[in-house]
Amino acid sequence: MPAVAETRKTVETLGQNTYKWGFETDIEMDIAPKGLNEDTIRLISSRKKEPEWLLEWRLKAYRSWLEMREPTWAKVRHPPIDYQDVHYYAAPRRKPGPKSLEEVDPELLRTYEKLGIPLHEQAMLAGVEVPEGQEARAPVAVDAVFDSVSVATTFRKTLQEAGVIFCPISEAVQEHPELVRRYLGSVVPVTDNFYAALNAAVFTDGSFVFVPKGVRCPMELSTYFRINARNTGQFERTLIVVEDGASVSYLEGCTAPMRDENQLHAAVVELVAMEDASIKYSTVQNWYPGDENGKGGIYNFVTKRGACRGARSKISWTQVETGSAITWKYPSCILQGEGSVGEFYSVAVTNNHQQADTGTKMIHIGRNTRSTIIAKTISAGQSDSTYRGLVRMMPKASGSRNFTQCDSLLIGDRCGAHTVPYIESRNMSARVEHEATTSKISEDQLFYCRQRGLSEEDAVGLIVNGFCKDVLKELPMEFAVEAQKLLQISLEGSVG
Amino acid sequence: MNAIAPVGVNASAFLDRGDVTGNAQRQKAADFLRHVGLPRVGVEAWKYTSLRALADVPFTAAPHATDDKAVDTLLAEIETISGLGAGASRVVFVNGYFDAGRSRLPRGVRVSTLAAGTLPDDGIDPVGDVTTALNTVLARDGLDLVAPAGVDGGCLLLVSIGQTGEAEPVSFHPRHRIVVEKGGRLALLDASAGRGQYLHNPLYDIAVADEGYLSHARVQAEGRQAVHLAVSHARVAAGGVYDSFTLTLGASLSRHEVHAGLTQPGASVHVNGAQLLSGHQHGDLTSVITHAAPDCVSRQTIKNVLSDHARGVFQGKILVERIAQKTDGYQMNQALLLSDGAEIDAKPELEIYADDVKCSHGATVGALDDDQLFYLRSRGIPDTAARSILIRAFLHDVVDQIDDQRLKDSLNLAVEAWWTREVA
Repeated sequence: MPAVAETRKTVETLGQNTYKWGFETDIEMDIAPKGLNEDTIRLISSRKKEPEWLLEWRLKAYRSWLEMREPTWAKVRHPPIDYQDVHYYAAPRRKPGPKSLEEVDPELLRTYEKLGIPLHEQAMLAGVEVPEGQEARAPVAVDAVFDSVSVATTFRKTLQEAGVIFCPISEAVQEHPELVRRYLGSVVPVTDNFYAALNAAVFTDGSFVFVPKGVRCPMELSTYFRINARNTGQFERTLIVVEDGASVSYLEGCTAPMRDENQLHAAVVELVAMEDASIKYSTVQNWYPGDENGKGGIYNFVTKRGACRGARSKISWTQVETGSAITWKYPSCILQGEGSVGEFYSVAVTNNHQQADTGTKMIHIGRNTRSTIIAKTISAGQSDSTYRGLVRMMPKASGSRNFTQCDSLLIGDRCGAHTVPYIESRNMSARVEHEATTSKISEDQLFYCRQRGLSEEDAVGLIVNGFCKDVLKELPMEFAVEAQKLLQISLEGSVG
Repeated sequence: MNAIAPVGVNASAFLDRGDVTGNAQRQKAADFLRHVGLPRVGVEAWKYTSLRALADVPFTAAPHATDDKAVDTLLAEIETISGLGAGASRVVFVNGYFDAGRSRLPRGVRVSTLAAGTLPDDGIDPVGDVTTALNTVLARDGLDLVAPAGVDGGCLLLVSIGQTGEAEPVSFHPRHRIVVEKGGRLALLDASAGRGQYLHNPLYDIAVADEGYLSHARVQAEGRQAVHLAVSHARVAAGGVYDSFTLTLGASLSRHEVHAGLTQPGASVHVNGAQLLSGHQHGDLTSVITHAAPDCVSRQTIKNVLSDHARGVFQGKILVERIAQKTDGYQMNQALLLSDGAEIDAKPELEIYADDVKCSHGATVGALDDDQLFYLRSRGIPDTAARSILIRAFLHDVVDQIDDQRLKDSLNLAVEAWWTREVA
């Protein structure tokens, strides 16, 4: 297998210096002291001028968190995390809104530039006060979470006209408390798991989306998550509620600065879909994975769950996971409404010493519910990648269906690929089908491509892209391009 | 994601019975059990099976074999179902003790039993799993069987009968060793049955040497009040074959845990099985197949047919170590749910550290296929008969994978007998 040996050599030589988005922005921050106790939570709550009920909710979460232990069932290893050695609140210093881009902190602008945000969007993100009647229009609305506080939100007006609420969740708490109070924690309860409880106690910001009855959201909604200040854990909270017959497509993209210390990220995403509603949630995750020796990198412990509450509702998760030192993430669907649909499409790439334990849960409660799971895993270097998924058919889920396909591709003989599906059925008329394969890139395929004049790099790229095609085609256009680029970059560092 | 750490059920009722003094293995196993307890749901390896019920039953040490007529009746039944014919070689254990009077020892193979109260130095990790630990603490007897090098040991029947009648619940923990030497062959039909309330906790230490061949079919037809906790530790050397099959029919609660290791190139292992459960039966088949050498093959097909409120569990792991290049692993797990109260929980798992491998698994769960039923009905076959044809075809598919024709015939007879009793 000379071809593969050569590829491996390329892998080893390239290392991790290809991390394109490893940069750090130096901006004045307002940081809470390290450590977690009730006072920290009160501080966060008061800084955010939160109502009493939310503080109580946070404290309840904190108290149950104290009773909980870190989950140990995932196939990941890391040194113990000192939860007292983390800043739980960091916000950029607020100044009066700049009048033009020239007045904006150049560091911030450089960050945006590297992120590839168009100039007019940069202005909006940086909070430049645009004169009346000069509003720029673009098809994507961005809610940038710059560390813990959403610096600005764009395209609010267009969305407002459609009746869609898209704002930082801290703002939603002030302006739409009745909505937030009704749905917050209704899909992921505060006591759900260790990291979700931690998030509920200390979350600083995130996005809130509300699409009212019958409205098709006029544009794709997008959030750039960035972890920026040294040693600040990022605890995002996203809540998306879509009413009867409405629909939304939400994009979440992540990049983070290169640094040495491990950083903790414990986000919670809750989706609620009512009758005939549909939510498409797409993620491209490219946080710093650590260097080629496994030093540094983000710990990504995320709880994502969607509830298909209404009949015929649909929630679709698509993710391209290439970053983070450790990924612990299981976007799930609770299929409650009759005939509701859940989908999970995932590509997970691990390289060097990355560890990913990711998958989904499909809980079929209602009749005639359907779910599809397509998971593609690519392991290279000395990484470990695990697909872990649960399909559960409850006693009333008559006529429900699930189809699961998990494929793993191993590149090199020092990595690991694992598949751990859980299948539980308590209804005789429900059908579950699962299949999984593990293999390496076939010599035949490589030979075929090389024979037709493709370089080895291109051949491997082509094969891997083909391997992931079923998932990539589910991504919205804007993201598909970025995802393919990302995969290419990850491949540069992994297969040639 | 449980907030509370799992704590096992107190195992002291068993531990108090075992005399572990002077034996490091037993001591270690006892300490382990005292520490972790009997698993209940929440421990990952016992995610779907809880031994909580064991704590409520005051099991005592089983008495030696009696001249009970009921034992002979059960033995005759097994012999009939086995189809091996009267006069076939058999080794009989009653309440976990070797019964020389009822056994007909074979020629060609070497048969002996554990010296009373001793524990063989078999190198099995006493604390690798709870079932093994329990056996290690309490094992008193067991079969020691060797198929010598180059010899075809033919077909042997191993019978275990649990008989408590109206007496108090007992438990027995036989420790069997089955060795096939270089180039040897053996077919072993391993049947267990019984009446009354008892716990049968056998351990099988199996070694197949170079080019050896062992076909091992288990028919677990314990009494409906019984608990059956079996564990097999099998090692297969270069070019050797271990073809195993577990048919689970009896017991209220049962689990068979198989640890099979492919230790040298060219070894192959089949860990097949079927669980046919009804009433409130709970059956668990758990296996870990370890590819520890290159060029090995593993095959696994597990079928469940579940009716009433029965619960079937399958946990199967294929572990491919870094060295095990060119591994060929396949695993299929299917369940047929025949009633709304039935439940299947399956966890087919692949853990792979070598890149040049071909591993796959598949799983399906559902009721009988309406299209297939319609096809048969439209050809004038009545509904009941059509269902019967489909269910038996479903099972035939896996029984057919047994290599040894004699064992295959026996298993087919056992399935037919079950069918006649349960359904027809």
